[in-house]
Amino acid sequence: MTSGPLQRILFAVYIVVFFLYLLGPLAVMGISAFNTPQYPQVWPIEGFTLDWFSQLFADQDMMYGLRTSLWIGVLVVCISVPIGLAGAIVMTQIQPRVRSAYYLVVVSPVLTPGIIIGISTVVFWREFTTLTGTRFLYDGIILTVIGQSSFISAYCMLIILARLQRFDQAQQEAALDLGATYPQVFRHILLPFLQPALFSAAILAFLSSFENYNTTTFAILSDKTLTTVLAGRVRQGSTPVISALAVIIVVVTVVGAIAYELWKRRADAAAGRRLRAAQMAEENELAGTAEPAAA
Amino acid sequence: MGATGGLTLVFGLPLAAALFFFALSAYERRMGLTTGLGFFQRNGLAVGLYLVLAVGFWVFFVIVLPQLSMVDMSFRPKLPPAQMGGPKDVFTLENYRYFLFGSTTSTSSWNWIHLKAFALTIGVSIAITLFNFALCYPIAFHMAQSSGAARLRILLLLLIIPYWVNEILRAFAFRVLLSSGGIINKLLLGSGLIVEPIDFLGADIGLYMGLSYAYLLMMVFPLYSAIESLDKNQIEAARDLGAPWWHIHLNVVMPHAKPGIASGCTLVFMLCAGALAAPLVLAGPRTLWFTPIVYDRFYQAFNWPQGAAYAFILLISCVVFVLAVLKLFRLSLGEITR
Repeated sequence: MTSGPLQRILFAVYIVVFFLYLLGPLAVMGISAFNTPQYPQVWPIEGFTLDWFSQLFADQDMMYGLRTSLWIGVLVVCISVPIGLAGAIVMTQIQPRVRSAYYLVVVSPVLTPGIIIGISTVVFWREFTTLTGTRFLYDGIILTVIGQSSFISAYCMLIILARLQRFDQAQQEAALDLGATYPQVFRHILLPFLQPALFSAAILAFLSSFENYNTTTFAILSDKTLTTVLAGRVRQGSTPVISALAVIIVVVTVVGAIAYELWKRRADAAAGRRLRAAQMAEENELAGTAEPAAA
Repeated sequence: MGATGGLTLVFGLPLAAALFFFALSAYERRMGLTTGLGFFQRNGLAVGLYLVLAVGFWVFFVIVLPQLSMVDMSFRPKLPPAQMGGPKDVFTLENYRYFLFGSTTSTSSWNWIHLKAFALTIGVSIAITLFNFALCYPIAFHMAQSSGAARLRILLLLLIIPYWVNEILRAFAFRVLLSSGGIINKLLLGSGLIVEPIDFLGADIGLYMGLSYAYLLMMVFPLYSAIESLDKNQIEAARDLGAPWWHIHLNVVMPHAKPGIASGCTLVFMLCAGALAAPLVLAGPRTLWFTPIVYDRFYQAFNWPQGAAYAFILLISCVVFVLAVLKLFRLSLGEITR
C-alpha cells in the first residue's frame, strides 16, 4: 500500500510510533538501571553507576528465586517435550471422529487463563495427595511444574505437530520392510526427523516456564520463584534494582535470539544441501550415468 | 450428595468417557469397520506404552481432573478440614450467590464491588483487544506482504526482544515511565503543556496502557502468519481492477486472515481478562480488577471454594468469548490454534 508520498510518510510515522511504544518503556527502564537516584529515574542523569547490579546479585531472595526458576524450567522441559511429542503422535493416529474431542481437550489449556490453571492444579493435588496419603507430593515446585506443563505441553505439541504433518510415512514403511523393529523406527527415523522441532519446543518450554507468573503464583504455595519474588519487590516500591534485572533479561534474550537465528540459518542451509545432494543423486540414477550415491 | 459423591463424579466422568471411546474403537475393530493396524501393532509395545502413559497423564491428571475438581469445589461450602466429607459437606450455590448478592449480612441488594470489577475486566479486555488489533494490523501486513527478507529479520528480532521480558517487568517499565516524577510527566511539564504532573496510574491509564503493551505481540504474530500465506498476486489483481486500498484490506486480506485475526483476538482477550501482574503493579488504589479479587479469595480470605467459584466464572466468560468469536468469524477451533 505504498502509493502516494503522503501515505508513505504516514506509514513511516506509524512504524516509528509503534516501535517507540514497543521498545521505549524497556529503554527507559534500562537507562534507570545505570542512573544513581534511589527511585528509578531517567532524566536528569545524575551519575553512572553499577551499584544496582551488585545489589541485585547480593539479594538472597532474588538469587534463591532464580535458582528455583531455573530448576522448574529444566523440569518443565523434561516433562513437556516428551508429553508434547506423545500428544502429537497420538493426534496423527487417533480416529478422525475422536480427534476433534481430543484436540479440544489438549488445546484447552492454551486458551485458559493462567490463574485458573494454577488454582485448579492446587485444588486437585491437595485433595488427591490427602486422599492417597502422598502428602509429600504436595510441594510448591512439583505443583508449579505440573501446572505449567499443562499449557506448555500444548505449545510443544503444536510445534511438533507442525513438523510431524510433513513426515513421509513411506520412510517408516521402508524401514519396517527392511526388517527394522518399531522401537528402532521410532529411535532412528522419527526422532531424528523431529529433532529441530524438539529443540525449538524445548527452548520455548524453558522460556515460557521461566517468565510465567500467573500459574506460578498460585501453584508455588509457600516457595518462591524469580517472578514471585519480583512481584513482591515491585509491590513494595520501585527501585532501580528491578530495572537492573530487566536489563540482564533483555541482554540474555537478545544474545539468545541471535544465537538461535544463526543456528536455524545453519540448520536450514544444511537441510538445503542434503536436499540438493539427494536430488542430484536421483537425477544421476535416472540418467543412468553414475552409481546411485549412498544417502 | 456428600463429598465422596463429588469426588466420584470428578474421577468417574472422565474415566467413563475414556472407557466409552475405548469400547467404541474395540467394537468397530471387531466388526471390521476400521481397517489397518491396531495401536500397539503400529507402534510396538514400548513406544505404545509411552504414548498411552504420557498422553493419559497429561489429559487426566494435568488437564481434566484438576479443572473438574475446581468446579466441584466451587459448589461446596467453606468448612474446616475436620468437617470435610462430613454431613455438612453438601453441594451448594452459596459461592455463586455471594458473587451476585454479597454476604448475607450486607444491606445492599447486589454485590456491586465484585460485579463492577467483573464488568470492568470484561469491558476493558474487549476494548484493549480491539485497540491492539487496530494497532497491529498495519505492521503485520507490512511485515507479511511488503518488506524484504533482511528488513523482516530485523523487525522480527525487534519484536521478539520485549516478548521474553516477563509481565511484571513490562508492567514495572510503565510505572517508571508514567509515575508522577517519570519521564512523560517531566516532558509534559518541561514543554509547558501542563502545570501539575498527571496522575496516570491513579486514573488507570497506566493499567490500560500496560495491558495493551503486554499483549501486543500476541496480536502481531498470529496476524503476521495469517497474512503471510496470502498470495501477493491477489492483492495485485485487486489493485489492477481499481479497488481502493481499504477495499483490498476489507475484502481480500481480512477474509483470508480471518483465522489469524480470531486467534489474535481470543489470545489478547483471554490474557487481559486473566492478567494478574499488570493490575497488581499498575492499578490505581480504587480500581478492582477481577483477577486480584480471585487471588484474595484464596490467600487473603482463605475461602477456597469461593475462589474456585470466582475462577470458574472467569473461565466461563472466556469460553463464551472464544465461542462468540468463532461464531462471528464462522471458524472452527482447529483453525485458530494453528
